Amino acid sequence: MAHADISRQSGQQLWSSPSTRALIFLALLSSAVWLGPTWTRVIPDALTFPIATTVGDALNWFAREATINGLAVKDMTRAVASFFDYIIESVVIVLSKGIYTGRGLNVTQAVPPLSWFAIAGAMVIAAYRFGGRSLAVVCAVCLGFLVIFGLWENAMVTLASVLVSVLLAMAIGLILGIWSYRSSNVENVTRGIMNVMQTVPIFSYLVPTLLLFGYGPSAALFATVLYALPPMVHNTVLALKSVPAEVTESGKMMGCHPRQLLWKVQLPAALAKLAVGMNQTIMMTLNMVIIASMIGAGGLGFDVLRALRKLDIGSGLEAGMGIVALAVVLDRLSQAAAHRAAHGQHRKPGQLPLWQLLAGWLVIATVAALVVGPLQSWPAAWQVSTAEFWNAAVTWINKELFDVLEAFRNFALLSVMRPFSAFLAAAPWTLVIGSVAALACVLGGWRLAALCTGFGMFIVITGYWAPAMNSVYLITISVTLAVLMGYPIGFWLATRPKAQGTAGFVLDTLQTLPTLVYLLPAVMLFRIGDVSAVIAVTLYATAPAVRYAMVGMAQVPKARLEAAEIAGATRWQTLIWVRLPSALPTLLIGINQTIMMAFSMLIIAALVGTKDLGQEVLIALNRSLVGEGIVAGLCVACLALICDALLKAAAARATSPARSRAQ
Amino acid sequence: MKNTNWLARAAILAVALTISAPASAQSVPESDETIKIMTADWTSIGLQGEIMSLILQTVGYNTELVVADDSGRYPGFENGDLHIAMETWQTTQLQNLEKSVATGNVLDMGETGLQGVEDWWYPMYMKDRCPGLPDWEALKECAEVFATADTAPKGRYVGGPVSWGDHDERMIAALDLPFDVVHPGTDAAMFAELKSAYDREAPIVLWVWQPHWVTSVYEGEYVQFPQFETGCFDDPAWGPNAEATYDCGKPYGWIKKMAWAGGEQVWPCAYEIVRNYEMTNEIISALLVEIDLNGRSTSEVATEWLQNNRDTWEGWASCGL
Repeated sequence: MAHADISRQSGQQLWSSPSTRALIFLALLSSAVWLGPTWTRVIPDALTFPIATTVGDALNWFAREATINGLAVKDMTRAVASFFDYIIESVVIVLSKGIYTGRGLNVTQAVPPLSWFAIAGAMVIAAYRFGGRSLAVVCAVCLGFLVIFGLWENAMVTLASVLVSVLLAMAIGLILGIWSYRSSNVENVTRGIMNVMQTVPIFSYLVPTLLLFGYGPSAALFATVLYALPPMVHNTVLALKSVPAEVTESGKMMGCHPRQLLWKVQLPAALAKLAVGMNQTIMMTLNMVIIASMIGAGGLGFDVLRALRKLDIGSGLEAGMGIVALAVVLDRLSQAAAHRAAHGQHRKPGQLPLWQLLAGWLVIATVAALVVGPLQSWPAAWQVSTAEFWNAAVTWINKELFDVLEAFRNFALLSVMRPFSAFLAAAPWTLVIGSVAALACVLGGWRLAALCTGFGMFIVITGYWAPAMNSVYLITISVTLAVLMGYPIGFWLATRPKAQGTAGFVLDTLQTLPTLVYLLPAVMLFRIGDVSAVIAVTLYATAPAVRYAMVGMAQVPKARLEAAEIAGATRWQTLIWVRLPSALPTLLIGINQTIMMAFSMLIIAALVGTKDLGQEVLIALNRSLVGEGIVAGLCVACLALICDALLKAAAARATSPARSRAQ
Repeated sequence: MKNTNWLARAAILAVALTISAPASAQSVPESDETIKIMTADWTSIGLQGEIMSLILQTVGYNTELVVADDSGRYPGFENGDLHIAMETWQTTQLQNLEKSVATGNVLDMGETGLQGVEDWWYPMYMKDRCPGLPDWEALKECAEVFATADTAPKGRYVGGPVSWGDHDERMIAALDLPFDVVHPGTDAAMFAELKSAYDREAPIVLWVWQPHWVTSVYEGEYVQFPQFETGCFDDPAWGPNAEATYDCGKPYGWIKKMAWAGGEQVWPCAYEIVRNYEMTNEIISALLVEIDLNGRSTSEVATEWLQNNRDTWEGWASCGL
């Protein structure tokens, strides 16, 4: 019964004065729009400025003509680029390519790279040391998949660029994080920048990096680092803040210098939380693999692209699963290593130090591979492929089920999606921004309303209103579907602990399998256009919805559930009156994350031909229009930041009444 | 180590002096600077780039294949970020190339000998359902055959990615065709639709180009639009619609090589080799089938071609051998 109280209380708050005022404001605004001059309905030309061109010209000038202290920026950026090209190339030589002599037709391999046997063996040994037998088995299966399916060589090219990107992102993230931790002014600036960076679509980064660093692996590297940086910075700050004051104090009392305090006391104490940042950085880097391969990074991502261009969906799927396998190995291995370091486990008596063990293994395995050929490179005749099967399956589905699916597509498109998009396109811009501002005012007050209005006006001024409304339409439909599917699945999984292991793997796969792999089958069945785009975005965004639903359910206090059981509530009653209300803040954050994921997918959805901001960014990338790419990307960020601000405010409101009551 | 190095250098010098002395004062390669050869998102440019890269490397240059976009390449070439492209299609890039050459920073390196064809294409089974084909006027009558629920009564035409620089919308308007253009973001999505339709013998008309594997696998033909002539794009009076430009099909025609003008001084012999390069549709189409259908790697196919056709490419590369 306590919960009825809470909801009544929050209900009263919802209808207290700010919301009434907001409603009155909206009513006035809509009548003004209805009767007022045309400019309230259609954006006048005088209100849009050629910001994209200005930004483009400025960046072009900076990248090509600007000089600092007599040194051309162009030369500096190119020097940085060739330095990192050199590093990546060296890692690729060790892991995948080996050393060649001669050129063109006369080329011969002088020194082979490290064999698969050596690298995979070393990883499995490390896995065994960090996480015991179960982790070693997981790693062995994933790496074995890469070997047997003939993906090893390209997987190592990908691994090389991922390693360099992750290390660079972690180093920069750590430095920025520590700096922000020490000065709150810096923190405010970096937090703002990182929030925007996290929501600007990946392709927007690519255009300026291409301009500054030229085409090639280092441009892909910098775009990836920019993309993977924000979670590392956020988590470093969080981790350092979570170090107990007593620990810091005792470090000071021992007479530590600030530097000693940081490196010997605070960072080690924060290691477990830093690992979360590292995990996110690795996952986001692997997300970028396929896009990086579009601008010349090669590796598994290029395999996926090449297979899909030939409509060899089976091979694309295999290469995509190769990326998943790599992600699983890197993730689990780094998690286990961080866990071990955080808990200060040391080797048992009689065990060799890990580095000695690995060095010994590499020597033995390399000698073995020189003697036994298949240990160096897995013979093509022994490779397995399931591509034929998948291709046949896709053809079968296409032939047998197309008519049913076409009926579904037509219904979805004509009865739901088209009317909704037409409604959004026709909605007067003043009214849309006014409604958002009113909602923001109710949820979080005047400052939030002003912030949201500012973001909205940016889209108006830059002239991207129409594609932005198209993005809103795609996101709304996809997120609604993702939440409707993901939340029930998450609720169900929360009550079935046994199914969670499998579910975790499926979710990991959905988030790291390159979307193009399921985008193309979607195109075959649902044609080029919005329906395919919505399906791809929904599939990707369902994973966070399921995850947050599970977390939310797990957080429900046991005492309340027991109380409900004693009161004789049915399962439905428990769900609706006990579980949902206490999980509400987490569920709202879950919707927020789902929306963020959906936004980051817009750009991929553009590959099947949407007409939204994602497509604008894609066109800008293809035509090297720097300014347009950045500005359209910032418009996506504005939309995402509005959603983020509104939902966080809603989550805060949902938490506060419960809290005040508990006191 | 030092000794062998010195010996090797002396040997190279001796060989270079004896062989290339009459050809030019400089020895080949004139510079160790890497020559950046453009590749892009369709197979044939990658193949021809690979072939050129192998030839130049064998002669002694450093080369690198760099991914760029069809329409997005021009700033890179004017800037010197990209040096050589083996394919520039008259069909879609004619105006872009002319504009870029006019800046003085880009060179037209002559035709490859390939003839590009790209236009509206349909599978053969569509001929029964729209009897007037391949004549374009038939499309006016049977647009509804090509319609889907969301375009009806207009037909549905699957165009190329926006960045490929077509002018289908303008042509549809000029020829008064009852069709909607759908733009995919990638060629993969475009051929996914073709495969889906072909497997079910469902109606489809889309943009297909040649040389390409699709025409070797699927049976079909091109719509015959009014043949492109130079007046079509800028003279309204030309063609069936006296008031509009673009009232014609895409120009069939040459595929040219292009290059960064600044490279002429850096690698003169390499530029000569690029100019000499010449192929035919038949050769390239056969190699494309090896890559796209038989699943072999581009570099494997290119290497094999070089090994089997030594006389041909050694003729182009005479300045460097």
